[in-house]
Amino acid sequence: MMPSSFSVFRAGISFVMMCIFYTSAVDSPELSPQTFFSTLQPGKATLVYFCQAESPRTSMFLEELNEAAKPLQDYGISVAKVNCVTEETSRYCGSEKDLIKAYLFRGNIPLREFPTDTLFDVDAILAHVLFALLFNEVKYITTLGDLQNIENALKGKRNIAFSYVRAIGTPEHRAVMEAAFVYGTTYQFVLTTEIAVLESIGPEDIEYPHLYFFYCKQVLDLTQPCRRILMKQSLTTLNIHRFIKTMEAPLLTEVAGDPTQVSTVHLQLGLPLVFIVGQQATYEADRTTAEWVAWRLLGKAGVLLLLRDSLEVDIPHDTNVIIRRAEEDTQVEFLALSHIDLIVFHLESTMNVEEMVKYEDMAELNIEIQDDEVEETVYRDRKRQLPLELTLELTEETFHATVTASDSIVLFYAGWQAVSMAFLQSYIDVAIKLKGTSTMLLARVNCADWSHVCTEQNVTEFPVVKMYKEGQNPVSYTGMLGTEDLLKFIQLNRISCPVNITSVQEAEEYLNGELYKDLISYSSMSVLGLFSPTMTRAKEEFTEAGSYLKGYVTTGIYSEEDVLRLSSKYTVTLPALLLARHKEGKIESIPLVNVHVHDIVQIITNASLETFPEITVENLPTYLRLQKPLLILFSDGGIDLQHEKTILRLAKKKYLDSVTPCWLNLKKTPVGRGVLQAYFGTLPPLPLLVVVNLHSGGHVFAFPSDQAVTKQNLLLWLKKLEAGLESPIKVLPAQEWKPPLPAYDFLSMMDAAASEHLARKVPECIKETDMHESDKEQPDDKSAITEESIGTSKMKHSSRSSWLEEIKKPLSSP
Amino acid sequence: MGLSTVAPLWGAPGLLLTIALHLALYLRPAQAWAPVHRDYCVLGAGPAGLQMAYFLQRAGRDYMVFERAPVPGSFFTRYPRHRKLISINKRYTGKTNAEFNLRHDWNSLLSHDPRLLFRHYSDAYYPDANDMVRYLSDFAERLGLHVLYNTTIAHVTVNKDRGAWNGHYFILTDHRGQAYQCSVLLVATGLSVPNQVDFPGSEYVDGYESVSVDPKDFEGQNVLILGRGNSAFETAENIFSVTNFIHMLSRSRVRLSWATHYVGDLRAINNGLLDTYQLKSLDGLLESDLTDLAIVKDHKGKFHITLKLFMEEFFNQSSDAIPLPQDNNDNFAMRVAYDRVIRCLGWKFDFSIFSKSLRLSSGSELSEKYPLVRASYESKGSRGLFILGTASHSVDYRKSAGGFIHGFRYTVRAVHRLLEQRHHGVAWPSTEHPITHLASAIIRRINEASGLYQMFSVLADVVLLKENATTFEYLEEFPMQMLAQLETITGKRARHGLFVINMEYGRNYSGPDKDVFFSDRSVGHMEDAWLSNFLHPVIYYYRHLPTEQEVRFRPAGWPLPRPSALHHVVEDFLTDWTAPVGHILPLRRFLENCLDTDLRSFYAESCFLFALTHQKLPPFCQQGYLRTQGLVGTESLRQHGVESGLLWDSATMGQNQGASDQRPGDHGPGGHPLAPGPPVSPFNSNKEEL
Repeated sequence: MMPSSFSVFRAGISFVMMCIFYTSAVDSPELSPQTFFSTLQPGKATLVYFCQAESPRTSMFLEELNEAAKPLQDYGISVAKVNCVTEETSRYCGSEKDLIKAYLFRGNIPLREFPTDTLFDVDAILAHVLFALLFNEVKYITTLGDLQNIENALKGKRNIAFSYVRAIGTPEHRAVMEAAFVYGTTYQFVLTTEIAVLESIGPEDIEYPHLYFFYCKQVLDLTQPCRRILMKQSLTTLNIHRFIKTMEAPLLTEVAGDPTQVSTVHLQLGLPLVFIVGQQATYEADRTTAEWVAWRLLGKAGVLLLLRDSLEVDIPHDTNVIIRRAEEDTQVEFLALSHIDLIVFHLESTMNVEEMVKYEDMAELNIEIQDDEVEETVYRDRKRQLPLELTLELTEETFHATVTASDSIVLFYAGWQAVSMAFLQSYIDVAIKLKGTSTMLLARVNCADWSHVCTEQNVTEFPVVKMYKEGQNPVSYTGMLGTEDLLKFIQLNRISCPVNITSVQEAEEYLNGELYKDLISYSSMSVLGLFSPTMTRAKEEFTEAGSYLKGYVTTGIYSEEDVLRLSSKYTVTLPALLLARHKEGKIESIPLVNVHVHDIVQIITNASLETFPEITVENLPTYLRLQKPLLILFSDGGIDLQHEKTILRLAKKKYLDSVTPCWLNLKKTPVGRGVLQAYFGTLPPLPLLVVVNLHSGGHVFAFPSDQAVTKQNLLLWLKKLEAGLESPIKVLPAQEWKPPLPAYDFLSMMDAAASEHLARKVPECIKETDMHESDKEQPDDKSAITEESIGTSKMKHSSRSSWLEEIKKPLSSP
Repeated sequence: MGLSTVAPLWGAPGLLLTIALHLALYLRPAQAWAPVHRDYCVLGAGPAGLQMAYFLQRAGRDYMVFERAPVPGSFFTRYPRHRKLISINKRYTGKTNAEFNLRHDWNSLLSHDPRLLFRHYSDAYYPDANDMVRYLSDFAERLGLHVLYNTTIAHVTVNKDRGAWNGHYFILTDHRGQAYQCSVLLVATGLSVPNQVDFPGSEYVDGYESVSVDPKDFEGQNVLILGRGNSAFETAENIFSVTNFIHMLSRSRVRLSWATHYVGDLRAINNGLLDTYQLKSLDGLLESDLTDLAIVKDHKGKFHITLKLFMEEFFNQSSDAIPLPQDNNDNFAMRVAYDRVIRCLGWKFDFSIFSKSLRLSSGSELSEKYPLVRASYESKGSRGLFILGTASHSVDYRKSAGGFIHGFRYTVRAVHRLLEQRHHGVAWPSTEHPITHLASAIIRRINEASGLYQMFSVLADVVLLKENATTFEYLEEFPMQMLAQLETITGKRARHGLFVINMEYGRNYSGPDKDVFFSDRSVGHMEDAWLSNFLHPVIYYYRHLPTEQEVRFRPAGWPLPRPSALHHVVEDFLTDWTAPVGHILPLRRFLENCLDTDLRSFYAESCFLFALTHQKLPPFCQQGYLRTQGLVGTESLRQHGVESGLLWDSATMGQNQGASDQRPGDHGPGGHPLAPGPPVSPFNSNKEEL
């Protein structure tokens, strides 16, 4: 209100402190109360700190105060501490031992008392002290109405700098106060901590503090609102200074010179210049455009109007905008933009690059990027229409009737579960392949819709495939979740397992593959159990083993009276197993001695393994179970027959029992390339023989490429390996699989918010206080701090009220 | 005591005599020295009693339900007086998932019989109370529950006996003098005593339980209603169109259920009076402590409100002499004379039949109408005595739905599970899965579980990790305040860490004075999930089972002690938490970081590659592929995988060496191409001090 008188007393402000046992190194003068009051100069502000005893609390405060002394001095405020010598207790000293009090004096008149916990750091000290001194320059408001009143009062007179800070005493509050110290006589500063006021002004994100500049001075028509410009940068003293400077600069400058030479205040402030290139003929329109751009870019860039006609230097013909950035090493940009919005866009998009860096915690962003291949592929495929109608969708009502009426395969899945949705596609492929040929009904239940059916069927994870056959318990499918394996399972389940063979003739047909010709492609081995009719127990065990292997291996049982014909033909004693390998056309016999279901299953499973298999994605797990190093022959296409022969011969002679010999066809299993690449770093010439010791040490050895794969060479090499004489070409990494990326740490976010909330508690109290009232008080009025409601309202939140009671007592000058 | 010890004496007289004696014993009025024994006695055949009977029946337990009335659910034969239930009978949700639909069915009891769903009993969204009576009868009858009707238990006491399950038997004596000896007593008697406030003139007040429900009786009258709950508003709703005006007086402000998210507060269906009050139609709401008031009847039979204080001074004087507030304060709000005063102050538990030896006491000030129970619903005074149903609401009064059918049907089940473990060694039901199914197990439950949804922040699912966290056990609907006692209650071991899956509203979102429609009330981004306001899943991870102390002294406003790590699944407008990136991905990352492992799923081909190029495999490959249950995938999915850059492109594989670092095959342990920055610090390792 009284800018002139303000600057007078601003010249002399001091800040005083009082303390008794003050030992740490504060540079400010240490005084006794007596001497202190005598040193106070009229009109000079002093922050005074009175202290009784030293405690951790006080020493912390003193450190902060000490640090604040210098910046306070810059504003002409002195800092003093006062020893409350016991025999001459001043009323400011208070009575309690660890009492901390700080007062702001102007001359010898107390202006305000601060509970020291409001002065928790340098920022808070500066903010509070300046806030107390600049109460005319900085109007504190709590409602939109207050703001409008000020706005209306100042129309045609002064411009307004309005800011919202989250709390009093924060760094941004300090920044605003420091700016007010400099510009307070020129502009009316208005401050609020009420988010509601801010919300009613602009739609911007209110998470962070704001400063608006209101152009009220030019508004002559009182019904017109003042134009408001939001400062986009964070509230720091420098940014505010810069912002206000640009607000002061002319909105639009007309230039005639070389755009690379022109300089305005903007460049000095580090802001870019935007030249709107116009010409004399369209001057009016160009100027309007330029003004529009200038308003848009106010505070972000300087806008100049450049008339092509008046220009001596050449600029590209189609250029209508020139941008010159403040950074010295950047080139002047000549742009041809089709729309004025693009100017803003161009400028902001390139400017933002810098600001973006702050947010650029790339790891944070990646958290939200899908790195699960199954989830991602299923998601990407979500719009494809599957021929779901090929399988029957079952519901709570139809489930039981359906699975009891016909032999059924049921897929239990959940529409939201990616793995089961990926498998659903394979399942549909099976349905396509079986279309019209199978007696087995293919059905599905979406457990997301029919939860109770799934729970009742004991399905608690997804996907699950179960086969329901009349008179039998449902069987869960435990094979690979893929078309081929499921198809095999369904096909092999067409026959009972074990199948009951009734004559020697039939047994022979069964063994040579004639009986179930169409199944041979699914099961390369047929097993026949031979029992004399009286071997009831052995038959039972075998039957159980057969049903266990159902869908994976074809089994049959023969126990007629003439079973001896078969046993003598294959020279085996009863009970026995005959294994027919259809591919090789061989029949093996194994006597069963004292064996149980589990052993029979084991025998058959082991027998179904090949001596020198082609390893594939599907069968690798089966061979890994042997827990032996793999001897892999990598081959680009079919296997070299010579190699095959060599290895088979070695295997037959049991030379290869310590490893699992196998070969890999890169044409059929292209992922093998990835394996080779991991071993060699590049794709080596093929074929290539490798030993991978997965189960101990992860060592990979390569058969020397300059040697021929012969029996001798291979044996020698393997011996050397065993003896540890070869060095591995690669040791496979042994790390555990850790989380690929961090998760959101909500606990920390909550903690951060909670501590911020605590910090805000103090200012919240201030909000409750009636700042206007103290505003109205004359600065020299003795009762200025009589109702220091910072303290009273704080009592609502704090039970430490004893010393707060002190504050409520009116203060008068000593 | 009776039968079993007497029996050997009967051995001599022979079979016939024994039978005759038996018959005689059964037929003649039993005497106190020969009580009938039951393992479980249930008091009251209301919804909670029947619900417990159902579970006991299914488990094949020895139980009996005692019911005073000739039918089940007799409360509903009279209440609510205006017959409209305010529990939602939502017959359509657009979903077929029966478990999900129970989230929106507030009336059905739990059973295996889909015919016993309330929607088959009424078409009304707010059904008629008679339909509830019919439903409860059917429920008891169709399921063949053992209910002894017309049996009023007049006295309950306790008899010490070392052989008893709980060290004592509960002795129930009915109105005929027949005694019953029970190992466990399950009290489901509801709140049956109308709350009354004692003040001078309270004799002039009509009670909700007996006031006329015929609007004609109120035509042109000035009516004062005491109370501000649903019964008060229900009463007002019935008559406010014919009265001169209704004034409603209560101690504290009205609490609107849509602001508090508590179904026991005033429901919008009953709030017509709020509308007329705020639209200045003479009706009005006032707040004052009823105990300070007094009612004076004048010579015309009209009622005047005055202060108890005045009455005391002018004791024994004629009513017209008693000073009224308006004598001094001529604009006193209630200076008008009333034709009727109606009391609608709710009900409280009937403590009268319980002997002192049971030590069944009432709760704190806030919930003094309820008996005091633990979070396991067991009385604090006597072991083996459980409070079920509405009377058990002290556990979650003004918080969740435990006082209502749609809430206590689940808490009753929890009590039954506790009893099965305690007395029959049947562990809390659970399923065990490989760790790779953890995210799915949680997603399934948060999307359909009705118990979690209805009893939010009271019942929670618990995931118990097994050694090395390769498998886990999933337990449903455990009373979360009993977390410290989990091992005793469930018979499970929790030695390797656990997750608790709860549903929560945002802190500071619900409250009688809260604006629940403020503009930024919902968050959409998963990073802001912890700011979610609407009911949403919250998952707590504990490395060790919290102790009783930790549960009791948990931070204010927290349903559980501070966990090692915490995850919020962002609130969803459709309560459908199945979005792959918005819901499932952040959950997976949370679980991964708690367990310090990689929980991604992989196609068989990727597992094949890992199997031949790494010594260790990610859990998904270990638990699936290595057991020959790998996910093979189809060509079109493969194609998407290649396009997304997550899968190997076999066409270019091995040819472009420079790009090999970017390959998914190198996603392996330690070197994720997307996260070259600082090493991931899982919750598991570095949050110990917090």
